[in-house]
Amino acid sequence: MKLLTHNMLTSHVKGVTKGYPLLIKATEVKVNEIEFNPQFVSRMIPKLEWSALIQAAEGLGYLQELPSTPVSNYENDEDFLRKVHRVLLEVEVIEGALQCPESGREFPISRGVPNMLLNEDES
Amino acid sequence: MEAPVQNVKSVRRSKEDKKLLKRQIKASHILLKHDGITTASQPTQCVVVCNGGLGNGVSRELLMAVLTEGGAVESLLMPPNKPYSFATFASLQESQSAHTLCNGRVLECNGHHITLYCSYVLPVDRGECESVSLPPGLCVLEDFVSPEEESRLLQAVDWTSHNDDVTAQRELKHRRVKHYGYEFRYDNNNVDKDKPLPNGLPLVCDALLQRCVCDGHISVLPDQLTVNEYESGQGIPPHVDTHSAFEDTILSLSLGAKTVMDFRHPDGRSVAVVLPPRSLLVMKGESRYLWTHGITPRKFDVVPASTAERSWVVNFNPSDLTLNQRGTRTSFTFRKIRYTPCDCAYPSVCDSQRPPSPPRVPVARSDACQLEERYVHRVYEEISAHFSSTRHAPWPRVRDFLLSLPNDAIMADIGCGNGKYLGINPQVFSLGCDRSVNLVSICAERGFHAVVCDALSVPLRSSAFDAVISIAVIHHFSTQERRLAAVTELVRLLKVGGRALIYVWAMEQEYKNQKSKYLKTNKNMENQENMENMEPKTSKENTERRNDLDETESEASVRQVHAGNASSNPADAEEDCGKETSPRLSVHTNRTAFVSQDLLVPWHLKGEVKASPGAVFHRFYHVFQRGELEDLCVSVSGLEVQQSYYDQGNWCVVLRKTHQQ
Repeated sequence: MKLLTHNMLTSHVKGVTKGYPLLIKATEVKVNEIEFNPQFVSRMIPKLEWSALIQAAEGLGYLQELPSTPVSNYENDEDFLRKVHRVLLEVEVIEGALQCPESGREFPISRGVPNMLLNEDES
Repeated sequence: MEAPVQNVKSVRRSKEDKKLLKRQIKASHILLKHDGITTASQPTQCVVVCNGGLGNGVSRELLMAVLTEGGAVESLLMPPNKPYSFATFASLQESQSAHTLCNGRVLECNGHHITLYCSYVLPVDRGECESVSLPPGLCVLEDFVSPEEESRLLQAVDWTSHNDDVTAQRELKHRRVKHYGYEFRYDNNNVDKDKPLPNGLPLVCDALLQRCVCDGHISVLPDQLTVNEYESGQGIPPHVDTHSAFEDTILSLSLGAKTVMDFRHPDGRSVAVVLPPRSLLVMKGESRYLWTHGITPRKFDVVPASTAERSWVVNFNPSDLTLNQRGTRTSFTFRKIRYTPCDCAYPSVCDSQRPPSPPRVPVARSDACQLEERYVHRVYEEISAHFSSTRHAPWPRVRDFLLSLPNDAIMADIGCGNGKYLGINPQVFSLGCDRSVNLVSICAERGFHAVVCDALSVPLRSSAFDAVISIAVIHHFSTQERRLAAVTELVRLLKVGGRALIYVWAMEQEYKNQKSKYLKTNKNMENQENMENMEPKTSKENTERRNDLDETESEASVRQVHAGNASSNPADAEEDCGKETSPRLSVHTNRTAFVSQDLLVPWHLKGEVKASPGAVFHRFYHVFQRGELEDLCVSVSGLEVQQSYYDQGNWCVVLRKTHQQ
């Protein structure tokens, strides 16, 4: 699971109102280098919940001094975009779990795939 | 006695003349009323002969003999099952002469007296009739045994003996029957495979069976023989020989009188096949597994008058039909007992492949969940490797939708399968979801963003997506309530202004007179690329079916006439009566039209997995009727239907979220 995906995920446990962001409990994290596409990263920034990204990056130890709000004029700040690229697309949780911040329900991540299936009584 | 037809008013008539005229006029009225045939007031070269038709037992030969007394008959059209015929003469003079001779003429035919009434008609269109071919896998081998061999075979059947130790003989309601090798049981339409009859097949059959092997019709000698004796007027109800009881090829030798056997496809097509005396009918593949066969109990068959074509299919060409009176026919049906479950390509009629008791259409939520768990989720997990092993091209209009998205869009594919749409537009962020862990793992291996979740409870932020797609997913939900919930969930994910594309499988596989690729695809179609444009899950399955078909059809096969139960769906009738419950799901036969909206569609595992015989999985589908998808969507608030269309057997909509729900 990459952090771009994590940024879109939310808890869907029945009755939960504050299910975002999911807490990451990683036991194995990998960094896979992929081609840097500054336009793509720039386009994604306004779509992100920035604070959730920062929290996730910090938790995994890949904050790289990213600020608590995106820098202004980030489209032209290659250094900033490269850091965002790294946390969004290169850092990957391979094993671990995602935890609902409200209910505490955990969802396993196995071989990089989060399994968000609920039991019948939870949905 | 002249029978004047012109200036009738001026002619003084005898009482008999008046009676004849009255009947003749009545006959012409009946023609007009029932068949829209208008008689002419002036003589023409064409005469309609009422009561002189195949439908009331007049053969071509008999009628022709009478008509030619009047002159040379250029053509004689005898429509099947109609009580009239049309005779065209070379000249007016001849037609008038024939009219005079035949109007009121009494024919004696098979002990009945039939009075003919004639009128003139405008020249009749011969009506080119569509030529029909034999069901696939069927052939008729003429003169397979000599007359001497025929009588030896018939003598070998001792109808007087009732020695059940050696053979099993039964007096059935409509014919008599004797079994060798194994007894065929009419109570369960099967054989007791562990109870062979002591003496096996009669020795007298050896030579012809060896010939069948030499000629390549069969590869293994049959071990079961059923002899049926049909007297004129007797028949056998339409049936498919039980798949689990016998191997593919069934041989049926016809001795004695000629008869006509009717073959019927589940889609309603029917083919009448002439079985000449001493011919061998070989049934295999589709004709053995899918088509029913039966003999209509009657004393006369409509058959081609000329035997020149040797096709044995009754084409119902009115210029070449006559009647054949049935005599006693004895059939020898040779079959090979089957010891492993049948894995034919026709699961809807296969007792080996039918789920022992198909589930009912669910009503309660818990039933729906259970059904989808067993007949959707579990199946996709089990077939995922195979499912994904065949690469398939995206559907063009789904690709167009994805390529139309702005570069900064984020898109969710709810029900992404192996991720075939996640990489179409690399400018946008595509996130996939699927219920199948195995399929999502394939996405992850391919470098796509994907998570495992249920489409009714998607763990994605609300109002965050510019686009969502749901391709061939919502038809897997088994109640209306759940299909509605699935659409609602899609719309929840969209931003206001965002768009959703939904594809579901259509009940109508023929639309605007175009058959969908699903129906058009046949075993001879080798172009995989074309097939892959279809519904992905289905297209692959079609490819499978094709291969299976080819395998079965490379074997040899023949047919047999066994008895009894006409049903090709022998299961579960008794248990269903009396209780007020929803109907059981039907099992679909691939590449045929849908017979109901809620059904199980078989998936045959292919390749090395095939080693386990009968590896067939059933997936639940609710196929949508025209307008149903649109109706479903408009019942969700906060959206508009931007587009609604039919695309290769699917109903499709593009929705736009107009405001928050």
